[in-house]
Amino acid sequence: MKMKLATWATAAMMAASPVMADLVFPSLSYRTGPYAAGGIPIADGYADYFTMLEERDGGIGGVMTNVLECETGYNTEKGVECYESTKGAGALVYQPLSTGITYQLIPKATADDIPIHSMGYGRTSAANGAVFSHVFNYPANYWNGASGAINYLMSQGDIAGKKIALVYHNSAYGKEPIRTLEELSKKHGFELMLVAVDHPGQEQKSQWLQIRRERPDNVIMYGWGVMNQVAVQEAANIRFPMENFIGIWWSGSENDVLPAGDAANGYKALTFHGVGSDFPVFDDIKTHVVDKGLAAGSGDQIGTVLYNRGLYAAMLAAEAAKTAQEIHGTAEITPAMMRDGMEALEITEAKMTELGLPGFGPSFNVSCENHGGNGLVGMTQWDASSKTWSLISEFSESDMDVIQPLIDEDSAAYAAESGIEAGC
Amino acid sequence: MLYREAGDFSTTYPQDSQTFPIRFDRYRYYFVLAVAVLVMPFVMNDYLVNSIFLPFLIYAIAAIGLNILTGYCGQVSLGTGGFMAVGAYACYKLMTSFPDVNIFFHVIAAGGITALVGTAFGLPSLRIKGFYLAVATLAAQFFLVWLFNKVSWFYNYSASGQINAPERSVFGIEVTGPNTEAWATYLFCLVFTIGAAVIARNLTRGSVGRQWMAIRDMDIAAEIIGVNPLKAKLTAFAVSSFFVGISGALFFAVYLGAVEVGEVFGIQKSFLVLFMIIIGGLGSIFGSFAGAAFLVVLPVLLKLVGVDMLGWPTDIVAHFNLVIVGGLIIMFLILEPHGIAQLWRVAKEKLRLWPFPH
Repeated sequence: MKMKLATWATAAMMAASPVMADLVFPSLSYRTGPYAAGGIPIADGYADYFTMLEERDGGIGGVMTNVLECETGYNTEKGVECYESTKGAGALVYQPLSTGITYQLIPKATADDIPIHSMGYGRTSAANGAVFSHVFNYPANYWNGASGAINYLMSQGDIAGKKIALVYHNSAYGKEPIRTLEELSKKHGFELMLVAVDHPGQEQKSQWLQIRRERPDNVIMYGWGVMNQVAVQEAANIRFPMENFIGIWWSGSENDVLPAGDAANGYKALTFHGVGSDFPVFDDIKTHVVDKGLAAGSGDQIGTVLYNRGLYAAMLAAEAAKTAQEIHGTAEITPAMMRDGMEALEITEAKMTELGLPGFGPSFNVSCENHGGNGLVGMTQWDASSKTWSLISEFSESDMDVIQPLIDEDSAAYAAESGIEAGC
Repeated sequence: MLYREAGDFSTTYPQDSQTFPIRFDRYRYYFVLAVAVLVMPFVMNDYLVNSIFLPFLIYAIAAIGLNILTGYCGQVSLGTGGFMAVGAYACYKLMTSFPDVNIFFHVIAAGGITALVGTAFGLPSLRIKGFYLAVATLAAQFFLVWLFNKVSWFYNYSASGQINAPERSVFGIEVTGPNTEAWATYLFCLVFTIGAAVIARNLTRGSVGRQWMAIRDMDIAAEIIGVNPLKAKLTAFAVSSFFVGISGALFFAVYLGAVEVGEVFGIQKSFLVLFMIIIGGLGSIFGSFAGAAFLVVLPVLLKLVGVDMLGWPTDIVAHFNLVIVGGLIIMFLILEPHGIAQLWRVAKEKLRLWPFPH
């Protein structure tokens, strides 16, 4: 009872504190637990970009930003707690960084009129903005990724009659691409083999034994966290040729390949943004953030793949906020205005150059019908000797002829299930 | 002065055998109930209900359920997460198959289905005991999670394997789905929690509960004095699973709204509920509440203090959280192995004798 009273008192204090006039960008991060290796750089990149905007430009449109960090540990219950505790502070947009938490928040945030940006994760059919009014997953989603991988393989040679294995995290996230790959296998005549890995994926001996026995020509992986490192290591152990092994963007960071050392050389991963720190914006981050001692975390992640992803997410959020400010003619925007800004977002090559990120990501635009952007994906490859990822293909189109019907079907099912009237 | 029998005379047998025989205790109980039912709904907001009260009430039901099996009947179970998953998926299938039936009955039916499944998994308990039974229930845990992940009928063939709770209402007020009011979900869960506590308390005071406790204390002796071990153990499994199933159904439908079985109802959930009853007190209904409150509220409290008041980095607070909760569990096990309920019992004894302890 006493404990409850104390909590009450603290909660009451929190509720009583004045609403801040800043633009609040909550960061549902995970710096602990089995997925921390991926969560830390993303959270650092997200926070550093906003710090840089504050230090360099004085915030967005003259209003300071406030990145509210909340630790989820990749756990849905803590994610819900984080959402509830930060939404009162005027959170503009949620980036849940977990497919499970995204599923949880889709109905809640829609009811609370707060947009969600699940960049490259979450519910893929949220690309249909007519049904998912408050959920955005631009610039690319899981199904674009699956199709991008197949397109890449086709550009390397004929895949008809070949056998392709999908090694996936046995959760909502990992199951997402199955339907797309099944459709693609029908269309292009390759054989699909499904290999599930249970959370957290520390133990994959039997899965890779199966791969060794059945000898697929290519392996596509949808993994996250410790599962990636183990899979790359196991692939090396069975001497699976690394250049035939393709990870989704969540399976393509330095953390995943470094433990395997030289054996990981040639491993490929999809991406929807640039790699490395060879962009002008990193000079600004160095001058305004790192040199002033304001870097988030321990500041050692700058330029890694996932740091860049966090930074890219922050850049897109800031641009959407700017767009919202222009549309509504006010600097202090609300979550509802932010949603309008996200829906009218347009990222062009010129804009990215202006922001110090030339060629960092594909150019795309968002509309009411299409919350998923244009779905352009590129391919990166790991060089173990120089310990760098490099982009080995252009950002190219994925097979929307296959993906769009699937999006329509799944979003229609959601609309029917939750009684949503689709419309723009 | 406050808590004592002096001047409190029972003139009938029912008075003498009531749950709270001491007047002060009884009034305190009515007071807590009145505050919970009449006052709390008015001060509820989204944050309080989703961060503290819903998890507390729902975990309390699960802890009561496990306490019946482990605390009263002495059968160690590590399958709580799996049985909660049965409740959640049963509730989901019922909600989507019979949308016209009130959600209240769905939750109870989900409890009933879980009771059947629990009884089936309880059958081996007639042959195996102790650690071996724990391993058998562990197998149930993994089997059930695997089943709900593998067979797509259970999640209506959705692409991602997630289940989502559709909107359902009671008396025209929505209790599931995104557009719920905080007080409505709170009251809905509170009704189940109070119901579960009252039923469990009275079952454990009656002949069924005495049979369970006889089996717990020494099964051979119990058999000799005429307790049927088959009936006692299976009823314990059934009643326990019924409550655990209800908590799983509420956990999915009211609290989370969307569930992925491996993540939400994994083995860590079984351990969490087991820790709750160990810290709260084995064989005590109050202990179930105390343990649930301890493990739900403490992390939130530590986070409020660490992140929001002291402004520490979130990862440091998350690590501290593990250290402090772990340290407190060890401290409790050493200093008070019978849990918070025992502290409460000792405090009551002291109050009875106060101010003349000798």
